[in-house]
This record gives sequence, structure tokens and C-alpha cells, in this order.
Amino acid sequence: MRLEPIISLENVTKKYPVGDGEFTALKNINLNFNKGEFTGLVGPSGSGKTTLLNIVGSLDSPTTGRATVLGKSIASLSHKEAALLRNKHIGFIFQVFNLLPVYTVFENVEFALLLQKRSKEERKKAVKEALEWVGLTALANKKPHKLSGGEGQRVAIARALVKRPEILLADEPTANLDAENAHIILKMMKQLNEELGTTFVFSTHDEKVMGYLERIIHLRDGAVELDEKIANPKYLLS
Amino acid sequence: MKLAFQLAYKNLIGAGLRTWLNVIVLSFSFVMIIFFNGMMDGWNEQAKQDTIAWEYGNGHLLHEKYDPFDPFSLQDGHDKIPPNSEALTPILIRQASIYPNGRMLGVSLKGIEANQTILELPTQVLEESKANIPVIIGKRMAETSKLKKGEEVLLRWRDKNGTFDAAKITIVDIFDNNVGTVDNGQVWVAIDKLWEMTGLDNQATMFIANENYKHKGTQGWVFKSQKELLRSIEEIVASKKIGTFIFYGLLLVIALLAIFDTQVLSIFRRQKEIGTYIALGMTRSQVVGLFTIEGSVYSFFAMIVGCIYGIPLFIYMTKKGIAIPQASQDMGVSIAERIFPVYGIQLILGTILLVVIAATIVSFLPSRKISKMDPVAALKGKLQ
Repeated sequence: MRLEPIISLENVTKKYPVGDGEFTALKNINLNFNKGEFTGLVGPSGSGKTTLLNIVGSLDSPTTGRATVLGKSIASLSHKEAALLRNKHIGFIFQVFNLLPVYTVFENVEFALLLQKRSKEERKKAVKEALEWVGLTALANKKPHKLSGGEGQRVAIARALVKRPEILLADEPTANLDAENAHIILKMMKQLNEELGTTFVFSTHDEKVMGYLERIIHLRDGAVELDEKIANPKYLLS
Repeated sequence: MKLAFQLAYKNLIGAGLRTWLNVIVLSFSFVMIIFFNGMMDGWNEQAKQDTIAWEYGNGHLLHEKYDPFDPFSLQDGHDKIPPNSEALTPILIRQASIYPNGRMLGVSLKGIEANQTILELPTQVLEESKANIPVIIGKRMAETSKLKKGEEVLLRWRDKNGTFDAAKITIVDIFDNNVGTVDNGQVWVAIDKLWEMTGLDNQATMFIANENYKHKGTQGWVFKSQKELLRSIEEIVASKKIGTFIFYGLLLVIALLAIFDTQVLSIFRRQKEIGTYIALGMTRSQVVGLFTIEGSVYSFFAMIVGCIYGIPLFIYMTKKGIAIPQASQDMGVSIAERIFPVYGIQLILGTILLVVIAATIVSFLPSRKISKMDPVAALKGKLQ
């Protein structure tokens, strides 16, 4: 069966102005991501992983080339259209969780659904289900500052997944977690990837994450160095 | 919009002490604006009522040559009382001098019907007194002339031919009032007595109209309605309102600066939060709206906090009034010893609207920066 590409990058280059000159963060990237993939962008700091995620997430746009997400060209989207794309189809998981500090766990997860103007009943049901996925039902009324790092990241995952996005972008999701919590989180994400068919794209240089990935794209100095398929991910076997 | 209000409410409650400090300062502005305006409105209302009761009645019909602001016009500014003047109370005004304790004091000698009821002046005592020339004076005049009730003093006046005449008058009453313009430098006497003293029989300088008076135009006489006469009071109170506006305007500016400052700081400190909102699917204008509404919600909170301590304060003030020092009572407009503030719905709603709009504007100004924010830099918290 031929897999359907939902993210397509053609000759994508991204340059940032630095002083009088410019810094090239991405150089002529050509990549396709298929529906349901569990992929990682791997490379040292400054290799362009986060920039690539930001472009796919419509938070940024390429300087040249074409980035297409779910059939929409990122560069041609207005602010409003990009917001709608993120709201409906893309979930984000950040390295430092980025939970909204004044909201409870429940409200943080509910936030994405509030933006979608879902009914109260619908929101309640979806949030409950998302918190069950990540095993945080008991902490629903806690504020983020009362949570451990692992719990905080699980809330971020629940928040990203509660709206059932087609694409989930995770920027160094295990960087602030200990090994045990990192494995718990990664297993959970893999399970959700299989159950919901969500396409996961990670940015990481964490060996633990790489052990779960089915495809690893090695970036160096903004260019694709190696794009490898992993037939038998190390940790998934255990 | 509903979502923005929900989020703004949660954000402000979550911000804790910072929110409440701003809210308290803003609520203080709320209460002060309403308090001072209520006091001015109360003063305005009291001044109008007192002036109507003591001086204006339902309007003045003035002799065409008489100018209330020109004492020289008194000489010729009088004439025979016109026919069909039942709804009018005549007043004849002459210049005179009294000599209390050997000093000379210029006065306006005002003749009025002793049995009149249109003004609050206690003129009936003029009718009841057995004195040769009974007069009444106000408390301010009594203080200036050092005259007391029952005392006699020499009065000198001119008759219709300009000849000086003099006689002793008796102070039969000293009336307490809030209207300096019927009191300062004035001696009230029964009009028939004044006609007799001056030879100006059946003449008047002006009339006080009662509620039945319908002005149809009388040759040689000019009518000034109550509304026209009250305009000067309204103008004086309005000019004094400007003074108080500067005071509470400063208070409001301080409160709004606190909100502005909080918003600027908030946008700087909450960059990651702003980036997260955008990443989660909010448009930039929605985020601008959220931060703007946060500023408006400050004013709603301030209104609630202001109500908590403001309403009991206003009720107390309305019942007990505010004592006005004696020194303030010669300001050119009627001012009572105690002013009872008036807190009308218009004043309260107007103040709420003013503060809410002002708070929304000062919140919007720094929030506009969000619309130009790069969400990637915001997520990293790297914006300067």
C-alpha cells in the first residue's frame, strides 16, 4: 500500500538575518512525511531541527522552496489561515512543556478545544479521555507548578492530542525528563501513534528517543545528511 | 469574545497580588470620581433649590433700566407696578447707608411685601412688629455689621427727589440661609413702608414670579425665567467641576499608568505564553484581544471592589452630608453648611463607561506589539 504524504518539503531553504549578513538555517531540504509516521529529526544544536519543525507547524515559513502541509502551502497562508491549520490539524509538544501557568491540568488540556468552540459536554468528554490516555485523571485540578517534569510533559501531550490532530510536532520532548519518565512518555506517544494514526515528527538528539523512531532524518548544518528507515526500533523490541 | 473574557478572567485571577494592586488603585479612582462628581452634583442641586427658594422664585421680571450688576441703575430702574400683576411679588430696591457702632456701611434697601410666601424670607415678622421701621437682615449681614436681633441702627436713604432722610430702624429678625445674594449688604423692609419712606408709591424695581405667572410681555419690563437665572449657577458649578476633574483625572491617570505598565511588563514576561497561544491555534488578533480584554477586566474588578467600600461610603455621605467650612460659604454661589451628595445613575454609568473605555485603550496600546511578534522568537522568550 502506498502511504499518503501529508507533509512535503521541496527545496526548502530558510535564512535569518544576522547583523549585516544572514544565517542559513536550512539548505535545500527535500523531504516527505507520510501519514502515521513516527519520525525524528536528529542532529546537533544549530542543525536546523527546530526551524524545520516550525515551518511544518506553520509558525515560520521558508525563505525559498515550498513547504506543503495537508495540501496547504505554508508560505501562502495568512496569519488567520495558519492559526486555523494549527488549531485544527497540528499539535505541538515543547521541550519546556509551555503549559499555561494559571490554568489547571484540565483547563490546559481543554484550551485547544475551547479555541475550536466545541460544546462543554464534548470538551469534558475529550479532556477526560485525553487525561486517561496519559494517566493523569487524578491530577486534573492541579496547577502546572504542582506537577513533576514527567507529569508536566504528559499534560502537554494530552493537550496536543486532545483535538486529535493529524500531525504532532515534538521539539526535544524528553530533554527535561529523567530516563524513566522519558521512556514512559515515548511509549505513550508510540501507543497513541498506533491507536490514533497521528503522524509524529520529533526534533531530538536524545538517544532514548531515537530508540523508538521508525525513521530518523539526520540533519547537519541545515542539510539532510542521512534519511534512514529503522525496521526494528531498539526500544520497541523490548 | 466570550472565550477572551473567560481567559482574561482566569489570567488575572491567576496573576494574584499584581492584579489586586492594580484593581485597588483603579477602584480608588472609580470611587473618587463618583464621590467628587456626586458632591458637585449635590452642591449644584442644593444651590439651585436654595436660590429658587430664597431669591429666584419662578423667575424675575426686571425693570428695563435695572441691571442687577450695576448699582447705579437703581436710581432710575423702577416704575409703577403694572396692572394684572397678581402672580408677581414686587421688590423695590434703593441704595442706603447704615451706621452701626459709628461706622458707615452702604446697603441695598429692599422693600418686599410682608405677607409674601414666594421666597423663604421671614417677612411676616415685618408685619407683626410694632417697631417704627422694622427690618430683617441675614446672618452674613449681621456678622458684617455686628448687629443683633432687637437692636436699632441709624439708616440714611434718599427719597424720590434725591433728598436725604434718616431714621432708626429695628432689626426684628436675623435669618439663617445659604444664599449670600439675599444677605450680604442687604436690609429687607416692608415695601409699603419703603414706599412711604421714599415717596415712590406703588413702584417696584423688580418682581418675583410665582408658579402661576405666564409671561406675555409687559412694556418696560424684562422677564428672566428661572432656567435663565439658574444658568449662572450651573456655569459656576461646571467651572468648579473642571478643578475637581483635574484632581480625579490625575488619580485616573495614575491607575491607568499602572495598568499600562503591567501590560507592557506582562507582554514582555509572558512571551512564551503568547507563543504558546499562537502555536495552539489562536490568531494574533485574538491574542491582542485577550490582552486588551485583560485590561478591561481590571476595570470590572475595580468596579466590584469599588462597590464593596464605595456603596456604604456613598450611602453614609448621602445621609449625613459633608460639612462645608464657614470660610467656603462666600464663593459667589449658594453653598450650604452641609452638602448632601447626589449619586445619580447617569453619573455612575458615565464613570463606569469612562474607566472601562480608558482601561481598554491603555491595555490595547501595548498589546498591539503582539500583532508584530514572531511566534518562534516568542516561544523561545527571546524578544526584547
